[in-house]
Amino acid sequence: MTVTTNLLLEATGVSKTYGAVVALKSASLAVRPGEIHALVGANGAGKSTLVKILTGAVQPDAGRIVVRGKERTVHSPAEARHGGLISVYQEPSVIPDLDIRDNLRLTETPLEPFRHWLAELGLEDLNLSIMAKRLPLASLRIVDLARALAIEPDVLMLDEMTAALPANLTERVLDVLRGRRGGDRSVIFISHRLIEIAAVCDRATVLREGETVGVVDVTARSEDKIVELMLGQTVEGLAARAASQPGSESRTRGVTPRISARSLSSGTRLQDASFDLYPGEVLGVVALEGQGQDELFDILAGSERPRGGELLVDGKPASFRHPADAIRAGLVYVAADRAEALLMQRSIRENIALPFSTSLRRWGVIDLGGEREKVDGAVAKLQIDARAGGEVRRLSGGNQQKVTIARWVAGGVRTMLCFDPTRGIDIRTKTQIYRLLRDMAEAGAAILLYTSELKEVQLVCDRAIVIFGGRVVGEVSAEEGDEPTLLRAAHNLRSEAAAPEGEVPQ
Amino acid sequence: MTAAQLIARRRPLDAVAPWARRNAWTLGLVAFLALLLVYTKLIQASYDSFAVQYLAIGVLPLALAAVAQAVVVMCGGIDLSIGSMMAVTNVVCAMMMLHHSEQYGVVVVLVVLLLGLVLGAINGALVVLTRVPDIVVTLAMSFVWAGCALLVTAAPGGSASEWLTNLVLGSVVSVWIPQSAVVLAIVVAVVWIPLSRSRLGLSIYAVGSNRLAAFRSGVPVGRTKFAAYALTGLFSAFAGLALTASTGIGTPVPGPYTLMSVAAVVLGGVSLAGGRGGLLGPIIAVVVLQLIRTDMTFLNIDTNYAYIAQGLILVGVVMFGSLVQMRRSRA
Repeated sequence: MTVTTNLLLEATGVSKTYGAVVALKSASLAVRPGEIHALVGANGAGKSTLVKILTGAVQPDAGRIVVRGKERTVHSPAEARHGGLISVYQEPSVIPDLDIRDNLRLTETPLEPFRHWLAELGLEDLNLSIMAKRLPLASLRIVDLARALAIEPDVLMLDEMTAALPANLTERVLDVLRGRRGGDRSVIFISHRLIEIAAVCDRATVLREGETVGVVDVTARSEDKIVELMLGQTVEGLAARAASQPGSESRTRGVTPRISARSLSSGTRLQDASFDLYPGEVLGVVALEGQGQDELFDILAGSERPRGGELLVDGKPASFRHPADAIRAGLVYVAADRAEALLMQRSIRENIALPFSTSLRRWGVIDLGGEREKVDGAVAKLQIDARAGGEVRRLSGGNQQKVTIARWVAGGVRTMLCFDPTRGIDIRTKTQIYRLLRDMAEAGAAILLYTSELKEVQLVCDRAIVIFGGRVVGEVSAEEGDEPTLLRAAHNLRSEAAAPEGEVPQ
Repeated sequence: MTAAQLIARRRPLDAVAPWARRNAWTLGLVAFLALLLVYTKLIQASYDSFAVQYLAIGVLPLALAAVAQAVVVMCGGIDLSIGSMMAVTNVVCAMMMLHHSEQYGVVVVLVVLLLGLVLGAINGALVVLTRVPDIVVTLAMSFVWAGCALLVTAAPGGSASEWLTNLVLGSVVSVWIPQSAVVLAIVVAVVWIPLSRSRLGLSIYAVGSNRLAAFRSGVPVGRTKFAAYALTGLFSAFAGLALTASTGIGTPVPGPYTLMSVAAVVLGGVSLAGGRGGLLGPIIAVVVLQLIRTDMTFLNIDTNYAYIAQGLILVGVVMFGSLVQMRRSRA
């Protein structure tokens, strides 16, 4: 056994197959002490599998894992924990029915360090007696991270930690990570957001189709290199696509808006939302977490009724009692969380056919031929990899999200409400979804797109509204909607000086 | 086998393989049942076509009860009042048929089926409207329906029309095809096949699989659940009729059908979490459970031990099945 003393963690030749599916072919990863190491790759490249192997949740078929020069076989997450390897997953691993203190006790987390890290992460006034399920998702993620930091792991693995975190919390997380550089402990950072990787990481290991295809020193200009490695081919820069965006505002004015919201309010979050959505446009919605955007989308999708205000669809007042009413009015909803949208144990066909096969008032016999035609059309249009079509839960995240969109495309889209549809999916699928949204808008559909990834505003939207404190506080055109501008607007800040630091525009 | 034969065989297999994978659980049960039948024949050489007919009549009520349970479980619910609904429909049928003509018996059957639909609909309405958990509502209703059955008649009594009794006796075409099995197949096929192809069928699976997703896709969740419970009531009525037909009288005390139906549903590969499974699995599971009891009798094992063995086999088979499925999804 070769002892490599200068590495904290070294994995070589790791492979794992699930039946016919090769999840990892030959992955390697070398993490130096004190570095923040990015692990990147398109969805299905094997990042999650590699992390699961490192934390003992999954046993590899082959490969060697060396921690601080000693070879290890990790049989369970508990064992990995004792060995100093801790992972924070995308879904917070807290027990919803226990309060935070009991959750800490469950994992034997010391309280004082936990409080310290919580304060560092910007949640110092969190009440530890609160039931975990009463906390918003973003706070739970922070709690999860603080809990991991509190045990001072040798290697901390963060899987899409910042996905769907509001910008201000993301900053705090990245700051804390930066503060850990240079010691003898390391962080493995998994993210689809290359900007964050550029902001905090020292090196990046790129996986493609289960293989490590390169290790890159992260510099200001490494983004293109990483994307190139990820995709296995040179792709046109994302910025180029943004430039080709036609300003279609002129086309949409003077037409009856598809949706007119007038002072919509709901609960305590949504106070006074007014805006117009025109046919043929993609209207972005920019907001920090919890500014009322969830409630707004629920109202538009018919899941919730507004407390006040008025909603006009095609110029006529509308009131939805059930999502079926909204769907009949042509308003369809794409959720960020696939688990909320899909019948995981059912087939692609059933998932796509669900709304148009069940929405009609009569419970007649389904016209299977017509249904198949529509489903096949949608599958082809969205380029869904339908090989594992028997059960949707076997699909990759990107393909799952495509299925949720396909179900509406199959029926013909008039108005699509997309709530962070590209959350946690790979760049290739993202690009396909961007194109699809643009195509639908060109064809006359109206699209409302809430995004936690500010870059998407310039990539897909014609203009964007900004929601802050439950009100629409501003509108930004795509041309001027670069990330710093949007970030300031999302914080309801006007002046340059008050802009939060961190994400540096390229 | 020649190469040509191999090639010829591969094509249909390609189409069959995904189907087999989807129905692996049911196929496994069929294989288990076949083994059991062979074993039965080995330990009891006199096991013949008559015994098979007898077996088919014996399992008919429970098989229909299992189908009733499966429908509501696929929709993400559970009905603990199936046994009681069977008792109600059983006694109503037997008492109405007493001293009446054969023709009148046909009317009685239709009335009883309608009654089952209504009982189920009441269960469904309570579950949907009160939002009390399914298990609580149907447990409470099991007492209500059991009480109703005793109100109809306090002691076993009544009779069955001759045609109804004859319907489940004997065999068709071959002595190895019991008529009661054919009746079961027809009842299930007539009700379920059109349904599973319909919007309601898809809605039932959708609600069972993911309520929120179904709701957001515009599926009327409440109405679907209501319909599923009504269907369960209908199948319970069929099960009650089967009791009348096979016993010839009405018994106002519910049999062990409720919990046995849950066992059959689990053994039949229907996920208790909803959204998964079919009707064939539970039916075969019922036959398996019954045949195990029969074999125990042949082996002269004390009935009490037979119950224990039945329970252990239930756990064992489900554990084995889950293990295989886990392996498949992992490895």
